[in-house]
Formats: sequence, C-alpha cells, structure tokens
Amino acid sequence: MITIVDYGVGNLGSIRNMLKKVNGDAEIASDESKIMDATKLILPGVGAFDTCARKLRESGLLPVLNKKALEEKIPLLGICVGCQLLMEKSEEGSEPGLGWVRGETVRFDPQRLNDKLKIPHMGWSEVEINQSSGLFADMFAEPRFYFVHSYYPQPADSSDVLVYANYGYRFAAGIARGNVMGVQFHPEKSHKFGMKLLNNFMENF
Amino acid sequence: MKRIRVIPALLIQKKGLVKSVRFKDHKYVGDPINAVKIFNEKEVDEIVVLDISATVEKRPPDIRQIREIASEAFMPLGYGGGITRLDEIRDLIAAGIEKVIINTAAFLNPDLIREASAYVGSQSVVVSIDAKKNLFGKYKVYVANGTKNTGLDPAEYAASMENAGAGELLVNSIDKDGTFEGYDTELITRISEAVRIPVVAIGGASSIDDFVLAVRHGASAVSAGSMFVFQRPHRAVLISYPSQAELKNKLFNQFS
Repeated sequence: MITIVDYGVGNLGSIRNMLKKVNGDAEIASDESKIMDATKLILPGVGAFDTCARKLRESGLLPVLNKKALEEKIPLLGICVGCQLLMEKSEEGSEPGLGWVRGETVRFDPQRLNDKLKIPHMGWSEVEINQSSGLFADMFAEPRFYFVHSYYPQPADSSDVLVYANYGYRFAAGIARGNVMGVQFHPEKSHKFGMKLLNNFMENF
Repeated sequence: MKRIRVIPALLIQKKGLVKSVRFKDHKYVGDPINAVKIFNEKEVDEIVVLDISATVEKRPPDIRQIREIASEAFMPLGYGGGITRLDEIRDLIAAGIEKVIINTAAFLNPDLIREASAYVGSQSVVVSIDAKKNLFGKYKVYVANGTKNTGLDPAEYAASMENAGAGELLVNSIDKDGTFEGYDTELITRISEAVRIPVVAIGGASSIDDFVLAVRHGASAVSAGSMFVFQRPHRAVLISYPSQAELKNKLFNQFS
C-alpha cells in the first residue's frame, strides 16, 4: 500500500490513477493516524514552495512525517515541489524545507539559459543516470519525463543525485538520501516511463 | 537537440470527437476516450481537448466526461470549452486536468485569467486565441468558436493576456484550420514577438516540416488536429503520431 499525503495541494487523483494503472494499491490520506500506519509515502506538491511548506506545516503532519522518514526510514517519494521540500530551503521563499536531503532548491539561472529557453521549463526532457537506484532500475531506453518547474533541487552532496536532466545546463532531476527520494518531474504524467518509475517505487523498496 | 512539444488537439461536439475545416463542416471522427487511449499508446507529449460546443450552447464544462477522459490520459492534459468561473477551474484541476484553456471568457472577463493564475499557477492557465485575417489583411481576434469578431489585434490582445497572468497561448488560425496548408507563420511571428510566454501553434499542420517552420517563426510548441486523426487524401479516420526517431531526426535536431 502506498499512502499519498494530502496536505491540500496538488492533483493527487492523477498520481493515484497512475498507481492504479500499474496495479498499485494506493490511498490518499490527510490524517495523522493513517500516515502513522503507512509503509510507503508519496509527498506531492505543486505551485509555490512557501505555499506548500506552509500548508504542510499547518496540516500538523510534520512530526509524523519526520518520524516515518527519519526514524522508521520507510520509502518516501517526493514529486515536483514535494521533491523540492525535501531540501533544507529554497531560493523561492523563506519557509524552511524538510531538510532530509542536504542542500537547497534553486532557480534556473536565466544567464545560463539561451534566450530561447523560457522559465518555467515546461515539457519533456531525457534523464541520465548519476547514481544507480532501484527507482530507475530496468528503465526503458532513452527515458524521458514531463517537467513543469522554475526551480530544482541542488543537493550539497552530488552523490545524492540519482539522475540529471538538461535544460540549458545540467540540473538534478531525481535525488535520494537513503530511504528519502524525490523527482522534480511528474511521473504520473510521463506515460510508460512514469509507470515504470512508480512500479519500481512499489516493487524495489 | 531540443525537444519540442507536439500536441494532438481533440475537438468535442455533443460528446463525440469531431474535426472541422476553417471552424466549419465538422466531421464525426469517433469516441474521444478511445482516441485518448490510442494517443496514450503512441506516447504523445501532451493532449489538448476542446469542447467546441460548450460556449456556443452556454453550457459549463462536462466534468463527468472530462474526468473519464483524464483517467485514461497518462500524459499532461489540457481542457478548454465553456469555462467561465473559478470554481469550474478548481473542479477541472481536481478531475485531473493540468491546464485549463480559456478563450471566450478571457475576452469577456480578463479578471478570470488573473484569478485563475493566482489560484492554480500561471503554468496551468492557457489562453486560446482564434484569429482570422480580414479583407484588408489585418488580423482580428474571434471568440465563441470563431463566430464573433472582437475587432482586437491578436498581438496586442496576446500581450494583455500575458499581463493578466496567462502562462501559455494556444494560437489558432481560423483560415488554416483543417486545411493541411501549413501554419499561419505570420500570425505566429506577430504573437510570439509580443509576448515572453510560450506560444503553441495550431491550425493547418500537415507534416513535421510544418512544425519546424512554426518553431522557426517563434512557436515553443506545436499542435495539430486533422494531421493526427485523418489520413490523406480522403480524410479517412486514422489516428497517428510520428515516432520518436522521426521527431528527433526531422524536428528536435533542427534546434539547439
């Protein structure tokens, strides 16, 4: 069973939909007791970093999430802003992140993009493996995923980067620190590649 | 190599999938959910679904049908047609739509674009602009599925929509719609020079070469209807989408 954390942001239905497609058992949960019982968590997020961080804090779920991630060390996957939240902080706002992965979430540097590349980065990009991981195991050739973002996670330790993608320059598109994993793209909207990734999250952890 | 989004656009009229020529002569081409399933298998980049009868019939989005379509779409999905209110946008996002596409209501009530982008983020708010050249060679913006001339210049209108908070523009040429004559590159150039947000070209595509031309003229992404649902010369219904190898060779590799 995968528990999708509902703290009032994001399109949780499409994540559950995709999990259903790969025969995954998933529930959407907003109350502490359900999350306490979870064996695998997905942390979604869309929109502004501060809005997500604030809503997560106001949901009162931080203590239980910290317990699950840091003490019980259950597999956890952050998606999009859910991935950015794993970092200590973000250039986008002033709210603290979860700090489960060292480093911060940074904005695309327009100086390093050619003027034809717009922010947000919206579209499909291929990823290249940096660290082998069960999340990208046996992935189809030339894996590509759908991105919509202006910010990306930048782990302090480059060995926390699972995959890189390229938009003007190389950036971290998938990260992990032990049981805590995150992807900047939307696996739930990345057809067979996303299905494989979510299936891997179910099967390999 | 630069990946360009190539987006099939599906038109819905009375729950069925149709395709028009110059916004007229709608031909029934099948069941929308079936089409989405096929496009799914073909691993398309994104899908746009436009209910072209909603506004004309003064009807809100058919959330039930949209939810059904969304549950079969494992790629980003945009929906347009009949959207006039913020609560409809909320319901559409909850139904699994990534992007709401607003046309007539953006003209009648630009505040809706402002409110929508504050609510769901501008990346999820697309303003669709239907344009047509008049007898004097001037482009004008049309609304209500091409039936009402607003008298506005598309480039100026596009800039005002960007200011209102639109995150993307879907630019359709009424004259080129369904004709297989290629995009209206002059229209694309004018609009993309007036804004910084991505412009998605639609209307007239017949080949990957047309996509290349649209991007050279300023489009960030390309969309097509007839090209993906008809087989020429007799407009027989056949859903198709170019392979990744073809897109890479003929489109992505033309740009860096």
